[in-house]
Amino acid sequence: MPDKTADMEKKTEEKAVMPSSTEVPLTLDAGPAPGKPRSLWSDAWHDLRRSPLFVVSALMILFLIVMAIWPGLFTGASPRDSDLKNHFLQHPNWTHFFQADWFGYDLQGRSIYARVVHGARASIAVGVVVTLAVTIIGTIVGMVAGYFGGWVDSLLSRLTDVFFGVPFIVGAMVILTTFEERAVWVVILALAFLGWTQIARVARGAVITIKQSDYVVAARALGASTSRIMFKHILPNAMAPIIVVATIALGGYIGAEATLSYLGIGLAEPTVSWGIDVASGKDQLRNAPFVLMIPSVMVAITVLSFLMFGDAVRNALDPKMR
Amino acid sequence: MRGAKSAKWVAGAIVVALAATACGGNDDGGDKPKASGKPAGYVSIDVGEPQKALIPADTNESLGSYVIQSLFTQLLDFDADGNIVYTNAESIETKDSKTWTVKLKKGWKFHDGTPVTSQSYIDAWNWSANIDNKMQNAFWFEDIKGYEDVHPEGEGAKAKAKEMSGLKAVDDTTFTIELDKSVPYFEYKLGYATWAPLPKAFFDDPKAFGQKPIGNGPYSFEKWTHKKLIQVKANEDYTGPNKAKNKGVQFKNYATVEAAYQDVLSGNLDMIRQVGPKDLPKYKSDLGDGAVEQEYAAVQSIVPAFYTKQWKDVDPKVMQGLSMAIDRETITKTVLNNTRKPAKSFTPPQVKGNQDLDTEVFDYNPDEAKKLIKEGGGVPDNKIFIQYNTDGGHKEWVTAVCESIRNATGVECLGDAKPDFATDLEARDNDEVKSFYRGGWVADYPLNVNFMRELYGTTAEANNGRFSDKEVDELFKKGDNAKTLEESIKLYQEAEKVLVEKMPAIPLWTYQINGGHGKDVDNVKVDFHGDFEVTEVTVK
Amino acid sequence: MGRYVARRLLQMIPVFIGSTLLIFLMMFALPGDPVRALAGEQAVDQAQIAALKAELGLDRPILVQYVSYIGNVFQGDFGTQIASQRPISEVILDAYPVTIQLALFAFTFIVVAGILLGVIAGLKPNSIRDRGLLGLTLLLIAVPSFVTGYTAQFVFSFKMGLVPPNVGLEPSWNEMLMPAMVLASLSLAYVARLTRTSIAENLRADYMRTATAKGLPRRRIVGIHLMRNSLIPVVTFLGTDIGSLMGGAIVTEGIFNIKGVGGLIYEALGRREGATVVGVVTIIVIVYLLASLIVDLLYAVLDPRIRYA
Repeated sequence: MPDKTADMEKKTEEKAVMPSSTEVPLTLDAGPAPGKPRSLWSDAWHDLRRSPLFVVSALMILFLIVMAIWPGLFTGASPRDSDLKNHFLQHPNWTHFFQADWFGYDLQGRSIYARVVHGARASIAVGVVVTLAVTIIGTIVGMVAGYFGGWVDSLLSRLTDVFFGVPFIVGAMVILTTFEERAVWVVILALAFLGWTQIARVARGAVITIKQSDYVVAARALGASTSRIMFKHILPNAMAPIIVVATIALGGYIGAEATLSYLGIGLAEPTVSWGIDVASGKDQLRNAPFVLMIPSVMVAITVLSFLMFGDAVRNALDPKMR
Repeated sequence: MRGAKSAKWVAGAIVVALAATACGGNDDGGDKPKASGKPAGYVSIDVGEPQKALIPADTNESLGSYVIQSLFTQLLDFDADGNIVYTNAESIETKDSKTWTVKLKKGWKFHDGTPVTSQSYIDAWNWSANIDNKMQNAFWFEDIKGYEDVHPEGEGAKAKAKEMSGLKAVDDTTFTIELDKSVPYFEYKLGYATWAPLPKAFFDDPKAFGQKPIGNGPYSFEKWTHKKLIQVKANEDYTGPNKAKNKGVQFKNYATVEAAYQDVLSGNLDMIRQVGPKDLPKYKSDLGDGAVEQEYAAVQSIVPAFYTKQWKDVDPKVMQGLSMAIDRETITKTVLNNTRKPAKSFTPPQVKGNQDLDTEVFDYNPDEAKKLIKEGGGVPDNKIFIQYNTDGGHKEWVTAVCESIRNATGVECLGDAKPDFATDLEARDNDEVKSFYRGGWVADYPLNVNFMRELYGTTAEANNGRFSDKEVDELFKKGDNAKTLEESIKLYQEAEKVLVEKMPAIPLWTYQINGGHGKDVDNVKVDFHGDFEVTEVTVK
Repeated sequence: MGRYVARRLLQMIPVFIGSTLLIFLMMFALPGDPVRALAGEQAVDQAQIAALKAELGLDRPILVQYVSYIGNVFQGDFGTQIASQRPISEVILDAYPVTIQLALFAFTFIVVAGILLGVIAGLKPNSIRDRGLLGLTLLLIAVPSFVTGYTAQFVFSFKMGLVPPNVGLEPSWNEMLMPAMVLASLSLAYVARLTRTSIAENLRADYMRTATAKGLPRRRIVGIHLMRNSLIPVVTFLGTDIGSLMGGAIVTEGIFNIKGVGGLIYEALGRREGATVVGVVTIIVIVYLLASLIVDLLYAVLDPRIRYA
């Protein structure tokens, strides 16, 4: 498997190039080569199955998703039930696998293992839904801007710049403060509202490249309708770079949720989330460091899984590698 | 003016950028000396940037109060037991609790050398009470006759007079205060920093004064580096009882209590007011003799919003039941790390008039709790919320209280998190609290009156639960109209007994300071409302 | 060139107005009243609050407030803080030096260590050291910054006593070392990966073969030809990154007691000092816009094929 952990960042960072590229006659050579979509995807799948990076990360993600959907499979203990008298900051029993006291108990005398298992849902939901939302919004904006060009492009590109210019964490903090309710959907909304610019820029860049390709020119010459060209010819070919950026961003959104909760403005109890537990765990750093470390490690493992997954997908979809 | 400002700004920005670039370029090796820069004999304490300019009548938060207290001396102060100590006043006398005669100690001077006279007080109070000057603490003067002329009620109101008719100078060191009606505990109110005198220089330019205050207190102002440091110097000519025993104080700003604590350990900071939750379990062994642990006059409670459908016609028995479902003992020992003491009444033990109520309402008893709630008709919806702000370290105890209630009674209980104090207050002001809100009250003056009248009277401003009970109002009024202070306190004690039957709030615990000091200083003591007595601190 | 720069500057205006208006509107939508919040739990006088708001101009319609705000900003007047009554330009100026110091320190670290690691890995693609470094960078990206921060503080200060745990009133360089490294860790990983990819790819490029065929010394090939071509995507990234570093680091500043812009925004948000938040964001937006312009101009230096007309 030679040379495949290659240039994911190049595409990720196209976002930074794109705003200027209206004027700059510079197209980073990262756009996907035009080809038949079917073969691209089946080739990719063929590659992926043989990539250990992909297999390991996919299994881990599968595991996390199962945990998010059916936490009951992993533990019978409730993440909420507290027993201050008996379990206050009780230390972990590392050999009690899958039992309530495996990872010890937190400040409220709640099983940390149960909280870690139940906390997966909020983190994964934020990651997945935000990624879906930004992909849809970003793709639409990027495609329209890239395909029609002219003033539509100028307008949408400036709009993208506007949202890109607002600092991400500050913007998310302001939005979250606006909503007094601290539910999962609010966090999703805040992150999606600010996050779509990256995908929009990637999509726009890809569409501009594809638009000039021979088969699109040919289709247009044959009188194909705009919508047909967009959905039949351009979208399938633009999907590869978009998917790559989206998978990698997914890990980032999970990290962002944890950071916002750490700052005290993300999710709030009674929602169970790793970010919330990290935030309250930081006060126990001196006498019970496991309260902070265990949810932190879960965040790191999850983000890492999605990053590795994105890396593997990128390798497989990168046309230059074949 | 604007142009000048902008030019300065641009110039400043360039200088900063250049300085920063220069440093970034080649100064990496340059090891500056440890930047404490504290003059010999000074003591330092973690007191952050005051929210507002340093004007006594505009300061109501603890950080600014610390600095104000060091710069200004009012007529009187309180000792650790809450007894009155005359500072700038020689005597304060009254026959009917309505007209008070104040005699000042002679020879007192402001830091700029001008004398402290009767007029210094009268002018200061008149100015501070004036609605046009928009002072935060103006309402403190509301008892004085003529207050409604300088501070009329209503939208867009403007002052009708510049002076309150109740204030009259007799001579340079004597003046009289006439109140609207008799207030037996009025003298106690005078201990609040708002009642400080102001020098002539203040009235010339209040704004400049706020950045560089001139007081009459144990310390004089030295410098204020915004967001970093305020430094004050001991006033050699000070003759009050609280003369500084050190050469000066540095009030240092820290981003977190954890950082301040580490600086105490490493000797960069002398005193920390409150150790953060992270270090609480270990601070006694870290600091040894330097650990400071003392209760002070403040109560935390959860307050039902009586305007909600849920609590509109609630039987007080339900509240009593909920109160008995809270295991105060265990929660204070575990989650709160012994920083609080379980409450046994509506008032803290440090105030005059605190009493043993002889009731079980504040004891944990799940069976009795269930019984009382049932007798009272149960909790509507069988679900309660406790509103709190997430930026104040309340989440942990709210969760624990909720769990205690849920485990003991089966009533579902959830925290209602507001992102910050501003949002929390807005919900309270606008009567939007869903069920309970967290209430906290620190003594303004060490009397039981302060913990009832201000919180549960129908028209009391801080009564955000909108509790209203004719019998209670009547009892408060009786206490207010008492001839003497002792009688007034007694009558309020009677009222407190009735409060147990009415349950306008569920008191949880009283506060305690868990601070500390480093090896370089000694004699660190705490006053009745939890502040360090900075003047008493000595340098070893 | 001059015309290009002028056009870009012109295009910045709508973006600038859009970003600041967006944050302005968002601040306006916040619940909680800054003037009311000052009073805390104590009594409030509605008439007095109204008077204060009128004085601050907070009672006017939002768009009027925005227009007058932007007008003043162009004259260097960022307004006045509600609570402290200090000019906001002064408050921001107080907070900025330490943030710039931290940002430049971190940036130096990102550039030097990031590119170095990237080159080391990229020159031998798929070797063990390449794989090892890639794994390390993934880990740096995956671990949230507060975990990196607390862990670094715990290990290097408390356990080993190598560096001071906190930054004092006048930050010295040894105090800033650890915060800068923590702040740099994420971008460092990105830069390393980016450089590595770019180098590995360009190693196989035609011009490299040509250069080798011409008999140029390897040091010159790698140092001039390879680096120059490989650094284009890295420069792009660095351009946006310096902008975000200048915006302050809320988490890192909090952990290490740095009183910079991040802490200022956090505090101002809690107190509803809208003008302060908008003021800081305005500066961040300007820095970001200028950084992206400089990046585009740098392309011309790095890639002679690009010419701006």
